Amino acid sequence: MTTTALARTDTSIVGRWWWTVDKMTLGVLLVLIVSGAVLTLAAGRPAAARIQLDSLHFVKQQMAVIVVGLGVMVGTSLLSPRWVKRIGVLGLFLVWLPLTALATFYGPEIKGAHRWLHIGFSLQPSEFLKPCFAIFAAWMFSLWKENRGFPGWIIATGVCGVIVVLLAKQPDVGMAAVVFAIWFSQLFLAGLAYVWVAAAVGGVAAVGVAAYFTVPHVAHRIKLFLDPSSGDNYQVDRSLGAFMSGGLFGKGPGEGTVKAQLPDAHSDFIFAVAGEEFGLIACLVIVAAYAAIVMRGLARVFDEGNLFVMYAATALLTGFGLQAFINMASALHLMPTKGMTLPFISYGGTSFVALAFGMGMVLALTRRRSGSAL
Amino acid sequence: MMFRIRELCRPLSPGAQCRPGQPRFEGPLGAAIETGRTRLLVLGGLFFLAFALVGGRLVDVTLLKPAADPKRNVARAAADPDAAREFFRGEIADAKGELLATNIVTWSLYADPKMILDPAATAARLVRLFPELDRKELAEKLKPSDKRFVWLRRHLTPKEYQEVIAEGLPGIGARKDRRRVYPHGSLGAHVVGYADIDNHGIAGVERQFDGRLKRGERIQLSLDLRVQHVLREELAAAVKRHHAIGAMGVILDVHTGETKALVSLPEFDPHEPGRASEEGRFNRVTLGTYEMGSTFKILNTAMALDSSVATLTKVYDARFPLKHGKFTINDYHGKGRALSVTEIFQFSSNIGSAKMAIEAGTPRQRAFMGRAGMLKPVSIELPEIGAPLYPRDWKPLNTITISYGHGISVTPLHLAAAVAGIVNDGKRAPVTLVKRDPKEPIPYVPVVNSKTSAEMRQLMRLVVEKGTGKRAEAPGYFVGGKTGTADKSAGKKGYRRNTRISSFVAAFPMNAPRYVVLVMIDEPKASADTPEATGGAVAAPVVREVVLKAAPLLGVLPAENTSELTDEKRPGQKAPAKPPAKPAAKPAPPAAGRLERAATE
Repeated sequence: MTTTALARTDTSIVGRWWWTVDKMTLGVLLVLIVSGAVLTLAAGRPAAARIQLDSLHFVKQQMAVIVVGLGVMVGTSLLSPRWVKRIGVLGLFLVWLPLTALATFYGPEIKGAHRWLHIGFSLQPSEFLKPCFAIFAAWMFSLWKENRGFPGWIIATGVCGVIVVLLAKQPDVGMAAVVFAIWFSQLFLAGLAYVWVAAAVGGVAAVGVAAYFTVPHVAHRIKLFLDPSSGDNYQVDRSLGAFMSGGLFGKGPGEGTVKAQLPDAHSDFIFAVAGEEFGLIACLVIVAAYAAIVMRGLARVFDEGNLFVMYAATALLTGFGLQAFINMASALHLMPTKGMTLPFISYGGTSFVALAFGMGMVLALTRRRSGSAL
Repeated sequence: MMFRIRELCRPLSPGAQCRPGQPRFEGPLGAAIETGRTRLLVLGGLFFLAFALVGGRLVDVTLLKPAADPKRNVARAAADPDAAREFFRGEIADAKGELLATNIVTWSLYADPKMILDPAATAARLVRLFPELDRKELAEKLKPSDKRFVWLRRHLTPKEYQEVIAEGLPGIGARKDRRRVYPHGSLGAHVVGYADIDNHGIAGVERQFDGRLKRGERIQLSLDLRVQHVLREELAAAVKRHHAIGAMGVILDVHTGETKALVSLPEFDPHEPGRASEEGRFNRVTLGTYEMGSTFKILNTAMALDSSVATLTKVYDARFPLKHGKFTINDYHGKGRALSVTEIFQFSSNIGSAKMAIEAGTPRQRAFMGRAGMLKPVSIELPEIGAPLYPRDWKPLNTITISYGHGISVTPLHLAAAVAGIVNDGKRAPVTLVKRDPKEPIPYVPVVNSKTSAEMRQLMRLVVEKGTGKRAEAPGYFVGGKTGTADKSAGKKGYRRNTRISSFVAAFPMNAPRYVVLVMIDEPKASADTPEATGGAVAAPVVREVVLKAAPLLGVLPAENTSELTDEKRPGQKAPAKPPAKPAAKPAPPAAGRLERAATE
C-alpha cells in the first residue's frame, strides 16, 4: 500500500482510513511489535527449552500471534467510533465479562491463579475485558455529562467494582489495578474535584498499607523492595544486573544470560533482556516509543470534541501506558514487582491480540473526523 | 445514542477569526470538554514524568554505578562477578620469565537452593549434563535451606557453561571463576607446588608465598625451566634404565646459591594433586633425609684439610679393616695398602676416611658439620623442608660413620649446598629458589679457606679423571665430583644390602666452578650393563648427560682442549698433586668381620 495508490479523494473504507488514521502512532506501534518479535527470538528459547518444547516454539507461536494481532488492530481501526462503542459494550456484557467470571470460578489453576480458559487454545478473557470496560465506562461517563440526571458514573463504578472483585478473586491484582486505573482516569477526566483525587490517592495508599499488614505476600514484596538484603530478591537482582552488564550498546543478540536465569524473562522481565542484549540506547528507544504513543494519543484527544471519544481513548491509553510503566519500573526496581507484561513486547497470545484490539480502538477513535461524525 | 455537540467558535476578541482545528466549546457540554482538556494536560504531564523517570533510571542503572549503593552491590554481585572480582592470584615464573603458574577465567556453577522449584527434577537435568555428579547428593544440595549459595561444579569448560545456561534452570547460576593453571604440568611441580580450588596455596612456592601471590604479586624463581627439563629427562631415563623407584636431582649456582633445577621423581600433576600418590607429592630433595654415603667424604676430607689435621699427601694405613667395638669398617674398593689423602678420596676408602675423622676428633667434626649447614634445616623458600637427623650424643663411633656419610641423614639439598660452598672458594651462599637481585649482596657463610677449596676442587676433578667417577666426564666441562653408594637403612634391622641410593655430586667447570649438580637414584637394580649399581655406574653418567645438555643453557661453554687442565686454564690453581708412588700391591685381606653398620663405596 503506497500513498500514491490512494488518492485523497478515495472514499473507500481503506482510502478514508489511510488518510485519517494517525500514521505516527501506527508507525511507532509497528516499531514496538517488531522489537517485541526480535526480543522473543532472544528470550523465548531458554524458556521453551525449560518446558521441553521445540526451541523455536515461542517464536513460531508469537509470529502467528503477531499476524493475527496486526489483523485485529487494523481491522478495529477501520471502525467508526459508533461501532467501537457497540463492539466494546456488547463485547463486555455478552462475551468478556461472562468468560472472565467463568475463568474465575471454573478455570483451571495455572501458577496458582484462575485466569485462563482452554478453548482449543489458552485464553485470558480479562485481557479483552479491559479495553471493553474502557469503552463502556467512557460511554457511561459521557452520557452522564451529556444528560443531567443520568447516573452514568454510578453504573460505571458499579461495573468496575464487579470486575475488580472478579479479578481480585482470580487473583490478578495487576489487572484489577489497571481496570481501576482506567475507571479512575475517566472519573478524573470528567472533572473529579482535586480534593477527591487526593482522597483517592490517599485511599490507594491506605489499601496498600492495609495489604502490607494483612496479605503476607504483598508485605513480603514491599519489604523486599525497601530492603533488598532482607531476602529473596533474585529476580530484581538479576534484572538490574542485566542492565548493568548490557551497558550502552548491549552484549549483542543472544549473548545475554539473564534470560536463562529469570523464570519469566520472556514476559515479565523482557525489558531486562532488552537491556542486557541491546543496551541502554535500545531501551531508551522503547521507553520513547511508549511515551510517544501515549502522548501522541492524548494530544489527538485534546482536539477532540466528542466526550465519549475523549474518555474512551484516554482510558485506553492510560491502561496501555500504565502497564508499560509498571513493567519497566519493576524491572528497574523503581517499584515492587508486579506480574505485568510489557505491551506488545512481552510474549503472550491473548495479551498481544487484546492489546492490538485496544490500540486498534485508539486508532479508530483518534482518526480525523469532520465535525460530529457520530 | 446520537448526541450533538455545539461546535462553536468563541472569538478571543471581537472580529478575530476562529482558527481551524482549535474548536472551542460552550455550554455544559463544552464545559465538560474543557474540563477534560485540562485534565488531559495533567494526565499527559504525569505520563511524561513517569516515562522520563524510567528513562532516567535506565541511564542511572546502566551507566552510573556508584559503589556506595548497597542495593546496587547486591545486584552486581549477583550478575556481574567482574565487579566483585579480586586480584588474580600472582603468577609464578622461572628465571627467564617462562610461566610456571598462571590463571585462566572459567565459569563455576552454583545453586541458590531457595530459588530451586523442584530439586529432584533440577538434579536430574544437571546429571544429564554432568554424568559424574551424584544425583542424590545433588538433590540434597538443592533442597531448600537457609543456604543461599552452594557450589555445584567448579571450572566449567566453555561448552559445558553454554549447555547449562541454555537449560535455563531457575536458581542455578554460573559465576566467573579463576582457575590456577600450571602450563608446564608436572615439570617443576615440587617447587611450584599447587593451590586448591579456591586458590589457596597448599604446597611449594604456592604455599610459601601465598600471601604475596594473593595480593597479585608475581614471583620470579631462580629456576631455569630448560635446565629443569634436562635434569628431569635424564633422571627419568635413569630411573627407567635401572628400574629404580625414584630419583632426585638439584643444580645450584655456586656463586649465588640460586637453584637452577630441582627434580624429585616420581612427580605429580599439580592440577590434580589429589590423584597423585603420597610418594609423588613428596619432595625428596628438600624434605627427604637420607644417609648420603661416600659423597659425604667431600665434607670429611675438607674438614681434615681445613683444620690442618691432614694434607693431600699425608698417608693413612688402610690395609686392614677398622675395628671399633663390635663394628668393623671395611673398604669397597679395598687397595690393601697405605693410602694418601688424595687416594683415600679418589678410591673412596672408608677406612682412610674414618682414620682422618678420628684424628680430627669429634668436636672438630661436629663443628665443621655445623659450619657446612648439616645440623640445621636448609633455609629455602619452600614449606617442605626436612630437618637433618644426627646423633644427639656424638660418640667416637658416630664420628667414624659420619666420616663416610652414615649415621647422619640430611636432605640432598644440604649436601649440594655444602659442596657448592666448598668449591666456591669456601664461601657458601644461602640456597634460594627466588631469582636474586644482582645488586643485593649475598651473605656468604665461610665453610673452608681458599686453600682447602682449591685442594678439594683438585680432588673432585681427580675422581672424574682417574677415580670412581670416570663416567661423569663431560668433555670440555672439567667435571669434578664424588660418587656415593649408600645402602638404605631399614630402621632397627640395620641395612638392606640390595636397596641402595646411588649418587654423584659434581661441580663444573672445576677450574672455576659455576654450578653444582647432585644426582641421586633411589634403588637402582643391577643389570648386565651395570652389574654394580653404584654411584659411579648409575649416577655419574646421568651427571655427564646433564652437564653436556644443561651447561650451554647455563652459559658455560666447553673448553676446546678436553680432559687435561693446563695452568693457563685454571689460573691460580695448582696442578693436582700426584698420588704418591704405589707401594707393592698386596692382595686385599679377606673381610675379617661382618660388615655391620655400613657399606660404602
